[in-house]
Amino acid sequence: MSLVFLIFLPIIAAIFIPLLFKKINQIHTGWFVLVVPVVLFIYYAALVPTTMTGGTFVEELQWIPSLDIAFIAYLDGLSILFSLLITGIGSLVVLYSIFYLDKHREQLHNFYVYLLIFMSAMLGVVQSDHLITLYLFWELTSISSFLLIGYWYTRDRSRFGALKSMMITVFGGLMMLGGFVLLSIMGGTYSIRELIAQAPQLFEHEFFMWALVLILLGAFTKSAQFPFYIWLPDAMEAPTPVSAYLHSATMVKAGIYLVARFTPIFAVSGTWVWLVAGIGLLTMVWASFFALKQRDLKGILAFSTVSQLGLIMALLGISAAGFHVENPTETMFKYAGFAAVFHLINHATFKGSLFMIAGIVDHETGTRDIRKLGGLMSLMPVSFTIAMIGSFSMAGIPPFNGFLSKEMFLTAMLAIAQFELFNMDTLGILFPIIAWIGSVFTFIYSFYFVFYTFAGSHKPDLLPKKAHEAPIGMLISPAILAILVIVIFFIPNIIGDWLVKPAVSAIQPFMFATPADVNVNVSAWHGWNTELFMTLGIFLIGAIMFWTLHKWQKAYDMFPERVSLNALYDNMMLLSDTGANRFSRMYMTGYIRSYLVYMFAFLILIVLSTFIISDAFAIDTTNLAPIGFYEIAIALTLMAGTLTILVTKSRYTAIIALGAVGFAVALFFVIFRAPDLALTQLVIETISVALFLLVFYHLPQLSRKEERMKFRLGNAVIAVGVGVTMTLIALSAHANKIFPSISEFHKETVYTEAAGGNIVNVILVDYRGFDTFFEIVVLAIAGIGIISMIKLRLTKKEGRHENK
Amino acid sequence: MRTNDVMLQTVTKVVTFIILMFSVHIFFAGHYTPGGGFIGGLLTASAIVLLMLAFDIETVKKIIPVNYVVMSAIGLLLALATASASILFNVPFFTHAFDYYDLPLFGETSLHSALLFDVGVYLVVVGVTMTIIQTIGEDE
Repeated sequence: MSLVFLIFLPIIAAIFIPLLFKKINQIHTGWFVLVVPVVLFIYYAALVPTTMTGGTFVEELQWIPSLDIAFIAYLDGLSILFSLLITGIGSLVVLYSIFYLDKHREQLHNFYVYLLIFMSAMLGVVQSDHLITLYLFWELTSISSFLLIGYWYTRDRSRFGALKSMMITVFGGLMMLGGFVLLSIMGGTYSIRELIAQAPQLFEHEFFMWALVLILLGAFTKSAQFPFYIWLPDAMEAPTPVSAYLHSATMVKAGIYLVARFTPIFAVSGTWVWLVAGIGLLTMVWASFFALKQRDLKGILAFSTVSQLGLIMALLGISAAGFHVENPTETMFKYAGFAAVFHLINHATFKGSLFMIAGIVDHETGTRDIRKLGGLMSLMPVSFTIAMIGSFSMAGIPPFNGFLSKEMFLTAMLAIAQFELFNMDTLGILFPIIAWIGSVFTFIYSFYFVFYTFAGSHKPDLLPKKAHEAPIGMLISPAILAILVIVIFFIPNIIGDWLVKPAVSAIQPFMFATPADVNVNVSAWHGWNTELFMTLGIFLIGAIMFWTLHKWQKAYDMFPERVSLNALYDNMMLLSDTGANRFSRMYMTGYIRSYLVYMFAFLILIVLSTFIISDAFAIDTTNLAPIGFYEIAIALTLMAGTLTILVTKSRYTAIIALGAVGFAVALFFVIFRAPDLALTQLVIETISVALFLLVFYHLPQLSRKEERMKFRLGNAVIAVGVGVTMTLIALSAHANKIFPSISEFHKETVYTEAAGGNIVNVILVDYRGFDTFFEIVVLAIAGIGIISMIKLRLTKKEGRHENK
Repeated sequence: MRTNDVMLQTVTKVVTFIILMFSVHIFFAGHYTPGGGFIGGLLTASAIVLLMLAFDIETVKKIIPVNYVVMSAIGLLLALATASASILFNVPFFTHAFDYYDLPLFGETSLHSALLFDVGVYLVVVGVTMTIIQTIGEDE
C-alpha cells in the first residue's frame, strides 16, 4: 500500500499548506512544500537499481471493488523515469518559486495547494496500471493545470488561457475515456498489463481502430500536438514556475507517456505508426516555424515545447514501426525508442532551465517582450551562461546533451525512409526532409531566444525596471539543470543504463525483452555518416538564416489572423456560447409556472406513452381493503383544501389550505400505519407553512385588489392529465405485481445484518446510506443557494458581468 | 399596532422544551422504533421556528448563538467521515460497524456507527432549515 500512499502524499501534504501559510508567515511556505518532492525523489531514486534490471513494483489498493476499480501503482522503467522527472523537476521548480513568488503579495497557499494536487495527479497518471484511475488522475492534471494557469485570476488573459487549456484537454480526456472503455470491453480487464499481454487478440477486434483513434486524441490534446497545440501558448499566462513544470517538463508529456505506454498494444497497426509519426513530425516543423513569429520570450518557449513534443512523438511512432521489421535490433530502428526517451530527459533539462531564465528576465527587467530586451549579457552574466547552455543544447550543438538525441533522431528518420510497409517506401523519404527543415528552424529560434535577449544593444528606457542579475536562490535551479545538460553529454551511457533502457524495454517489449537487450550505445563521435552531414547542414543554413532573421521575420505578419486555428477556437466558443444562450432563452422564461408546465407535460407524455406501448394498464379489484369512515372524511378534507386553494382570493388562505392538504396526507399515513412517514410529513408541513408565510410576506402585492386565479385551459388540461396519470399508475401498480416485494429481504436482514429494528430508518442510514448522504449534500447546496441569492445579491450598479 | 402575544410566548416557553426533548428522544429511538436523524432534526428546527414566531429573530439569535451554516458543514463532514472511516478498516466505503456494550446506567446497549452518520444528518437538517428560515426572515 505504501506506493499507492506515496502517490497521494502530495495531496495529503496540501491539506496542511493553508494552515502553514496562515500561521507561519515569516517563512516562505515553499520551504515546507519543498520537502515533499525531495523525499519522493529520493525514494523513487532508490528503486532505480531494481528497475534497471527489468524489475517492477506493484501495489494495489481497492477503491470500488464492486465495479472492479482499484488504485494499482505499477512501477517499471517507464513509470520510474517519469516519476523521477516529476519529483526531480518538481523539487527544482518549488525551490525556484520560493524566490520567484513574493511571500507577502502572492496567495501562496492557493499556489502550492494546486501544485501539490498536480504532483499527485501526475504521479498517478504515470504509475496507474488501472485504466479508470489513470483517467481520473489524467483529468485531475487538467483541472490543476486550469487552476494554476488561472492563478492570477484577476487578469483576463489568465482566465482565457485557463479555460482554453481546460476545454481542449478535457475534450481529449473524454475521448480517451471512450477509448479506455472500448479497450476494457475488448480485453475484459482494466489492467494495462493484462491488456498488453493479450495485444494480438485485440487487433482482431472490431473496436480496435476506434480505441486507437480515441486514445490518440487524448494523447494529442494533452501533449499539444497539431492542431490541438493552440492551448499551450495561451497557458503561458501562468506564473513561470508553473510553465516550467507543467507546460514543459511534465504535464504536456503525459500524452507522450500515454503513447509510449500503449505502444505495445497498438504498434501492430499501421495507422498508429502513420498517425503518431506523421502528426508528431508535422507538429515539430509547424511549431518550430511559428516559434520565430513570437515576440514574447515565453511564447517562443511555448512553441519550441510544442515542436520538441512533436519530435518525441514522431520518434515514438517510428519505434512502433520496429514491430513490423524483421530483426529490428539489427537495424537502425533500434535507435528510435531510445532516442525518444533520451530526448525526453534532455528536453526536461534544457527546457526547464530556459523557462526559468525567461522567468528571471521577466522578474528582473519587468518585461518578456523580446523587442524591448537586448544587451543583458553584461548585466546578467550568470543567466546568460545558463540560457546559452540551454539554447545550444536545444539547437543540437555539442558538447550538450541535445546534440546526442538530435543525432539519434535523424538516424531514426533515415531509418523510416527505408521502411517498406504501409506505403513508406514512396512517402517515407519525406520524413528525413521534414525533420531536417524542422531542425533548421529549431536551430534558428534557439539562437533567436538567447541572442535577441542577451546580445545586441541594451535599451534601458524601454524596460519597466532597471535590469540586474537575479538573486542567487533563483539561479540555483536553472544552474543545476544546465550542469545536467553538460554532464549528460559526457555520461550518456550511464543515464542510458539507469533510466533510458528500462523505459525502452517497457515501450518496445516486442524488441527488447529486458533492459539489457537494448543494444544501443551512445557516442558523441560516430564517424562521417549521413546524420553528421545533415547536422552540419543544419548549422550552416541555420546560421545564415539567423543572421538574416531581421529581414525576413516581418513575413510572418502576412499570415492573416482570421484564418488561424486560434480564430477557429474563438469562433467555436463564441458560437456555442451564443447558440446555447439563445436556445436556453427560448424556454427559460424565469417563471416557475412555465417550468412546472414543462415538467408535468413531459411526465404525462412519457408515462402515458409507456403505458400504451407496453400495454400495462390493468385494474385488479380483488384483495382490496375496505374503505372506512375515516378514509372518506380525510379524502373529503383533502379535496376541500385543494379546491379552496384554487378559488380563494387571498394568498394567506391559500397557504393555510395547502397546509391542510398536507396534514390530511399525514393522517392518511397514520391510518395506513406508516408512523415514520406520518411524523415526517407533519413536521415538514408545519415548517413549510411557516416558510411559505415568511416568503409570501416578501412577495410584492401584484395589484391592489386581490384577484382569483384565472382559468387557463392549457393548465387545466395538464392538471387533469397529471391526476389521471397518477391514478392509472396507482391502479396498475396494485394490479401488476411482477416482482416479489423487497420488504421481505429487509425484514429478514434488518436485525441480523444491520442490527436495527426500524426498517425505514435502517434503509436511510445503512441500506441506502449513499442516497441519504447525497440528499443532505443537496440540502446543504440548497441552503447555500438561498444564502447567495438573498445575502449576496448584486446591486444594480455592479452590473451583470465580471468582465465589464 | 402591536399584537398581544403574551399567551403565545408563555406557551412557547414550555412547549419548546417539550419539543426539544421529544426530538432528542425521536432521534435516538430511530434505530428500533419510528424516528431518526431526519425527523429529529426537523423537530428541533420546528422548536426553534416556534421560538422565532413567538419572539423575534434577533432575540432567538441571542438565545441560541449558533452559526447554522457552520453547523451544516460540520454535519456533512461528520457524515462523510463516518462513511469513509470504513476504508481505514479495509472494508468497502459506507460499511457500518456495531457491537453490544454493557454501559453503566444504560445496561446492555447497542452502539452503532450509523448513529454517528445520523448525527451528521441531524446537524445538516437543523442547520439548513434554520439557515433558510433565518436568511429569508432577516431579508428586508
